[in-house]
Amino acid sequence: MSEPVLEVVDLKKHFPVGSQLTGRGGTVYAVDGVSFVIGPGEMLGLVGESGSGKTTVGNCIMRLLEPTDGTIRLRGRDITHLSRRDMRPLRREMHMVFQDPYSSLDPRQTCGQIVGEPLRTQRLARGAPLEARIRELFDAVGLRPELRYRYPHELSGGQRQRVGLARALSVSPSLLIADEPVSALDVSVQAAILNLMRDLQSEMQFSCLFITHDLATVEYLCDRVAVMYLGQIVELARTDELFAHPQHPYTQALLSAAVVADPEVQRTRRRVVLEGDIPSPLAPPSGCRFRTRCPLEPESAPRSHEEDPPLLEFAPGHLVACHLVHAGREAPMLIDAPAELA
Amino acid sequence: MPLLEVSDLSVRFDTDDGPVHAVDRLSFTLEEGEVLGVVGESGCGKSVSLMSLTQLLPSTAHVTGSALLADIDLLRASSSRIRRVRGRTIAYVFQEPMTSLNPAFKIGRQIEEVLQRHLDLSRAAARKRATELLDLVRIPAAARRINEYPHQLSGGMRQRVMIAMALACDPKILVADEPTTALDVTIQAGILDLMRDIRERLGTAIVLITHNLGVVADIADRVLVMYAGRKVEEAPVHDLFASPQHPYTIGLLGAVPRPGAASTTARLQEIPGRVPSLAEVPQACAFADRCPRADDLTRSQQPELREVRPGHRVACFHPGGEWAA
Repeated sequence: MSEPVLEVVDLKKHFPVGSQLTGRGGTVYAVDGVSFVIGPGEMLGLVGESGSGKTTVGNCIMRLLEPTDGTIRLRGRDITHLSRRDMRPLRREMHMVFQDPYSSLDPRQTCGQIVGEPLRTQRLARGAPLEARIRELFDAVGLRPELRYRYPHELSGGQRQRVGLARALSVSPSLLIADEPVSALDVSVQAAILNLMRDLQSEMQFSCLFITHDLATVEYLCDRVAVMYLGQIVELARTDELFAHPQHPYTQALLSAAVVADPEVQRTRRRVVLEGDIPSPLAPPSGCRFRTRCPLEPESAPRSHEEDPPLLEFAPGHLVACHLVHAGREAPMLIDAPAELA
Repeated sequence: MPLLEVSDLSVRFDTDDGPVHAVDRLSFTLEEGEVLGVVGESGCGKSVSLMSLTQLLPSTAHVTGSALLADIDLLRASSSRIRRVRGRTIAYVFQEPMTSLNPAFKIGRQIEEVLQRHLDLSRAAARKRATELLDLVRIPAAARRINEYPHQLSGGMRQRVMIAMALACDPKILVADEPTTALDVTIQAGILDLMRDIRERLGTAIVLITHNLGVVADIADRVLVMYAGRKVEEAPVHDLFASPQHPYTIGLLGAVPRPGAASTTARLQEIPGRVPSLAEVPQACAFADRCPRADDLTRSQQPELREVRPGHRVACFHPGGEWAA
């Protein structure tokens, strides 16, 4: 692979909570040792449930949060602890699309101003060329040009998300971070935005970290997938590989829990239903973090209680963090792989 | 005879900007022990129509039509009468379990309140029954959990408490409005299993309101698809997914990426345009502006529901086939 666009090494983000002075406070281990790379033009899906730390990862990369530990390299340059001022020129290299198309657009700017803002602040364009570029961007994301003079509240959710996308892509970033960009939208609108992202990506060739809880979207859009559980990546593989041969029991559970819009398939497949809830990141379980809900816990104990399983290569490009899985040894299949069902 | 028979239900809201026709002549029936899925996107009238059944809508709502439950017309029942129906015969579970529970009271107290109010149970008997109900919805260590406050429970557990509360009086009908939308998928799977179990063990009829076709595919017996306040298609679940008739249904099914479908090269189906304004009842098919099959007939007349095969009804002049017909 040529030089990666983004390299994240052992990223940690811990939030102190409560009173540290009295010693009664604690630490939320939101992200605890996450590593991955994104190559040029590659889309990596970061999947997990609420509280898994996936959004925190995105916010650390954007430097909206200060990482506790680890390294973030953007096109080879270490940006982990760059000051705000030193970050500024790099802001054209990466941009973000947020989940909520309502609160992420300034209500007092017209949509044209919103889309042009990164170009203005980066001093890449002004006057007539700026106007022309904004028109071009509106066209690229499928918005009528006259919507430039409208305010966000006059637009539908889908249109607003297009504005957010146009804003993010205005400076032609090499990395786009999309945090649940469609989960606030209706199904038919979601489809349009996902198609649009796919088209724009193949046209502009940006790399993308696509953060979501929805595996089906990832399969539609991404080249590779990383599955997060309680602050750590438990499995990372090429998309087709992950869906055909999911290894980590959590990935398998996640795949089997996602409902399929086909009663014949949905009602006949083998499923694993996880017991209990995701543990608090304030006090993650010792050893393997998934062990408290893992259906294979009897097999992996007592090792899983003591040792944190490292993320190891199970097959070329397929990383799994499970005591029961290593090169040459597959995990017990708990489900019918979705690829076989279709 | 069906358990519930709704005929020509229309709901109009009078707002400052004029009337909004939220539901337009909706008719459906619900059999005992049946799971009916009601599908549609935001603003299609799915929640409003079910809330109107127990007169839960604000006073700006004008409700017409009838909803017969045994021999009572729910839409015309007196407020004292409807109070006995609410929670006792028809119970609701809403989307957001945190805002539907009172944060200031222990969950046990909140369940007991329902029991004491509707069934006149003593405090002690209510407490015993509340523990049983928490057991029923598979909340571990029910006897301890009963003394906890809503904030001490996770989202999935709160939704189980909501279901326990809804089941307190052994209702005939459980209306679940997007019960799993706020929950993670692994938690959602547990709640769906629980609802299936309840239907089997208690024979409760369930109306499941959702935008998620996967949830419907999982649990519903029959499905009703709504668009812009109208029922556009109705069918047994297997029929609906195997041969959807209305272009809107076909579009919706094509819009969701299917896990495992190796067809990742195929594009998702987009439905162009947006939901029409509900300010007036259109003299055309409400979907016409977004439909690839629209013609003069579609634009001049509202299609009525007709039966294409037993139990499968569709309101479309050009039903069936693929998206573009």
